[in-house]
Amino acid sequence: MKLRRFGLAPILGPILGPILGLAAVAALPLVVRVLFPGSEKYYLHLLIQILLWSFIYTAWSLMGRFGLTSLGHGAFTGIGAYTVVLLWNYLGLTPWLGIPLGMVLATLVGLLVGYPCFRLRITGHYFALLTLALTEFVRLCIVGLRDYTGGSLGTQPSRYGDGISLYAVQFEPDRVLAYYIAFALWLFGLYVWLRVDRSMDRYALDAASQDEDAAASVGIDVTREKLKITALSAGMSALGGAAFAQYQMYIGPDTIAGLGLSLNIVFAVISGGVGVLLGPTVGAVFTQVLAEGLRVVIQGSATLKSLLGSSALSLDQLIYGLLLILFIIYMPKGILGTLLAWWQRRAG
Amino acid sequence: MDCQLDIFFLEAILNGLLLAGLLALLALGLNLVFGVIDVVWICYAEVVMVGMYGINHAYKAGAPFLLAALIGIVLVAIAGAVLHLLVIRPVLDTPPINQLLVTGGVLFFLQAAATMGFGIDFRNLGIRLGSVSFFDMNFAMARIITFGVALAAMLALWLFLRRTYLGTAIRAIAQDRQIMPLMGVDSRRLYLVTSAIGGALAGLAAALMVLQYDIYPQIGLQFGPLIFMICVLGGLGNMIGGFIAAFIISQFIAVGSSCFHTEWGYAVAFLFFMLAIFIRPQGLFGGKG
Repeated sequence: MKLRRFGLAPILGPILGPILGLAAVAALPLVVRVLFPGSEKYYLHLLIQILLWSFIYTAWSLMGRFGLTSLGHGAFTGIGAYTVVLLWNYLGLTPWLGIPLGMVLATLVGLLVGYPCFRLRITGHYFALLTLALTEFVRLCIVGLRDYTGGSLGTQPSRYGDGISLYAVQFEPDRVLAYYIAFALWLFGLYVWLRVDRSMDRYALDAASQDEDAAASVGIDVTREKLKITALSAGMSALGGAAFAQYQMYIGPDTIAGLGLSLNIVFAVISGGVGVLLGPTVGAVFTQVLAEGLRVVIQGSATLKSLLGSSALSLDQLIYGLLLILFIIYMPKGILGTLLAWWQRRAG
Repeated sequence: MDCQLDIFFLEAILNGLLLAGLLALLALGLNLVFGVIDVVWICYAEVVMVGMYGINHAYKAGAPFLLAALIGIVLVAIAGAVLHLLVIRPVLDTPPINQLLVTGGVLFFLQAAATMGFGIDFRNLGIRLGSVSFFDMNFAMARIITFGVALAAMLALWLFLRRTYLGTAIRAIAQDRQIMPLMGVDSRRLYLVTSAIGGALAGLAAALMVLQYDIYPQIGLQFGPLIFMICVLGGLGNMIGGFIAAFIISQFIAVGSSCFHTEWGYAVAFLFFMLAIFIRPQGLFGGKG
């Protein structure tokens, strides 16, 4: 904190920091081009994945930070992705309409499940298990409608022209373009998070998450507040799912829907930090880098490769699981939350 | 495939009843832990999987099935106690949702460990118990045995909780966590015992499941959500309720699967679960709200 000495910290810190940070993230494709000219595509792919997941994680954390631990977000991303792709493949409807429709559908499902939950004050374990049932229900519907969705094998949005099209919202071949689309989404996610953070709703939800009766007694419409945040979170998750479908050009019930995905979302956010703006992003960086890093290390080392064989593929999941247990026990604030708390203590 | 009220339909219903036995047994252990410690082992089905692999290995190593099953039960009972000691105990005083999530980490860990240790291929004990014919209907012997054992296990647990000192203490602590330690009861030990019993029940379920199902690392994802549904639907800690819930859910699955595709049976079961909870949040048979 050198700025502090000049007395400029209060002015420059909150403005300069974010601007520099954003500029750095925006310049990443350039950095990649300079540093890894040979494998530009691969590194950009990694960055795009991180940004897209960060967006979905941020959407989840909108609810998660208020104690609404949903295991239902795999349903929302799945609804978003499948709505867009099926409308495009079967009706030729452009994703410019498909994406909003998917978001509306996911929001409706979120409200439909949320309303009774919040009215009946289903919280904690019960909320988690109920939303888990929602995820399973949506996944089973996707598999069951296999004539349209391709069942458990998944399906692809049909390619439009050379794969780059504004009309079809397809951009996968141009990684730099894809990067900036993901970047824009990520920024949008952070913006929404900040808007929520600075709204009155945030205080209402904070109060409700600590004591519903007390919150209701001071005039907070708890059900309404929870529904608002659920609608926002579900709609954004659907948008994230749709973006994933358009970038990956493939969707499967286990890659974009389902319980495994729901759990991944929750855990990535927890490992990053649930109550802080960049927590979900740190979680996405952490999980992606862990998985890719381990893969590269194992591929690079002949001894490890021969020792582990094909089981090496699960090593990242094993370490991930172990780290999660340790995180929740020893670092419930997550990586970023813990760092910030430590920083604040040090700063005074 | 249309639905007709014929002999196949009756067969589906009866097979659903037999499936209910297994699901009820699976839910029993989780229900006990859920009810007493107020913790959801989201990795419960993976704990069952550990038992299945254990039994598979013991059996393949030459142990007779009953001995292998016993080894499996003891193994999972120890696993339950270890799970409680290492993972649950450190987070007992934190928000309840942390306890659910921490076992989610265990879920990932066990699944990955199984994949690394045993590969992703399906394993089978290769025990064929044949089937029983009844009019024109066929019932797998393994399912009938499972049903019988599940009933016996429920009865045994009920007697244990009602008739023994330890069981009474466990019921007491489930009713009031704060008061019991003041009465001089060592709640830490009781939780440990409960976790071990929950594990043993999971091991018993594993011993029955290896007779019917293939073993593979993802098997937990197939059964886990069903088990949670049954526990919540039956009302927390209500074992009779759990059995009836298992019966309802398995009928949806069995009849739905025989009339339509398998997924639709499951899908309708999950839908029913959500609606039922919205109508009765405390579970269909839950006593207290």
